[in-house]
Amino acid sequence: MSASFFSSLEEFRKGRDEGAFSIEESVRHYLDRIESHNPSLGAYLTVNPNAVNRARQLDNRKARNPAQSPFYGYPVALKDNLHAIGLPTTCSSAMLANFRPVENATVVDRLLKAGAIVLGKTNMDEFAMGSSTENSAMGPTKNPWDPARVPGGSSGGSAVAVAAGLAPMSLGSDTGGSIRQPAAFCGVLGLKPTYGRVSRYGLVAFSSSLDQIGPFSFSAADALALTVLVSGPDGKDMTVSSRDPVEMERDFAMGTRGLTVGMPEEFFGEGLDGAIAASLERARAVWESEGIVFKPVRLPSAKYGINVYYLIATSEAASNLSRYDGVRYGLRSLSVPDLKALYENTRREGFGPEVKRRILLGTFALSAGYQDQYYRRAQQVQALIREEFDRAFHEVDLIFAPTTPTPPFRFGEKVADPLSMYLSDIYTISANLAGLPALSAPSYPTPSGLPAGAQLIGPAWSEGKLLRMAQVLERAVGTKRPPDLFSKKGETAA
Amino acid sequence: MELTRQQVLHVARLANLSLTEEEVEHFAGELSRILDYVETLNRLPLPPPGLHVSEAAKPPTPLREDVSRHSLPVESALSNAPDRSGGFFRVPRILEEGR
Repeated sequence: MSASFFSSLEEFRKGRDEGAFSIEESVRHYLDRIESHNPSLGAYLTVNPNAVNRARQLDNRKARNPAQSPFYGYPVALKDNLHAIGLPTTCSSAMLANFRPVENATVVDRLLKAGAIVLGKTNMDEFAMGSSTENSAMGPTKNPWDPARVPGGSSGGSAVAVAAGLAPMSLGSDTGGSIRQPAAFCGVLGLKPTYGRVSRYGLVAFSSSLDQIGPFSFSAADALALTVLVSGPDGKDMTVSSRDPVEMERDFAMGTRGLTVGMPEEFFGEGLDGAIAASLERARAVWESEGIVFKPVRLPSAKYGINVYYLIATSEAASNLSRYDGVRYGLRSLSVPDLKALYENTRREGFGPEVKRRILLGTFALSAGYQDQYYRRAQQVQALIREEFDRAFHEVDLIFAPTTPTPPFRFGEKVADPLSMYLSDIYTISANLAGLPALSAPSYPTPSGLPAGAQLIGPAWSEGKLLRMAQVLERAVGTKRPPDLFSKKGETAA
Repeated sequence: MELTRQQVLHVARLANLSLTEEEVEHFAGELSRILDYVETLNRLPLPPPGLHVSEAAKPPTPLREDVSRHSLPVESALSNAPDRSGGFFRVPRILEEGR
């Protein structure tokens, strides 16, 4: 059984419309792969029991009415912080282990309206807090390139689902790198759209001024189609811009020749692994041979991104997570002598260590007497980072950077030291702080055969241009799938 | 910045989070180290010369029409309740009897 039933959304649409396969066959292919591979990979937490039924319904309907959308019958995986009616939303937390959403997230609604089929919900760091998916209360997710290594996080399950061929595409969320970093670690493309591009309605909130939903795929063209589908205002998340998402398709269709790309010296200096640097050097040569010009730029405050992030994101998280009080939904402690104990014991039992750490840090940063020193200071430096990006984009069209300082690390390597885990997001965080679109595209693997990610950051609303650049690299590097090590049935690689 | 046990307990109380003795010790050390790191921000000269930076630029927050809409039906709202009684969420008694 080959890892992918079809190699692109366009090939799916063609095969579907020409009758090369039924929607049911395509969905069964992915469900079979989930059954054989997921026990060892741990990418999915829940598989949609209704997927085959829906596929049959769509096949029947198609017999009468030809399908309209390329996504009609297309299978997708969802990070388990996105609400889909009929499936639990756990956020990989004991707090929400039994939570059943009563509404669909806007992105899910749009997928379903286009005819897509949800395959299931994927593992993540609890409440999207982490960089390795090791903070999940539901168990580990393994990197398909090397099971001793983490898949990255927090959207680790969504990255692995696509990398290992357990879904052709998936959605994740990115607050400080949670789409791009696991995409880089798993050798797939991951896009964090511009803040305000995609509605977060029905996404469990972590840090509302930074959270953004985006796709994982193997190809830039597929990521574009999925992003366009889920983008645009819904009247429910008022941060969403009224800009027409179709602008991304227009930008994608334009050429890349003559583009000027900035390389921030701060991102290519000390701390960057040699194998990653070498891989990115080859990526740059590919782009240069296509007529793209590179020049150095300065982002001197970007190095403070981690500091700013761990004050702003934790402050917002402390506030957002105050809703888990054991009263209306989620876990309730059995030890509840009075109301205060109900809150305190529910939260002690329901949250894992990283979530508690961030709630404490955020509560402290917002507490009386410390606000100016921490939260306000962080906001000022955030403004400085935005300003430096603005200036850079007067000189260059896009910015090129590593996605991660190292290839995927081993399980347990960073759990004992939260700060070292935080630092694995050092190159991704500033795009969230500045609200900018950014993606990680697969670059050439390292000499030891591990994935490396090339990050592209653009001015607001430039997703189409970023994806066009990624497509140039994709054509040179080719689609690299991990060895098919995980099948219980002893199948051979595709 | 060195966080004391008392400060950790104070913050935990503000956050409605009860901690074990071990957790208090552990978080005091860990949060102190994280704060030491994030505090390097305070060494930056702000606002930087020639740049007027007060607070992060706020994204626009458009207003929507004030129209009445159906809200979540009571049964849906209660569907995830850990404890309920009729159309209500049930919580421990917060008022003394006879008052």
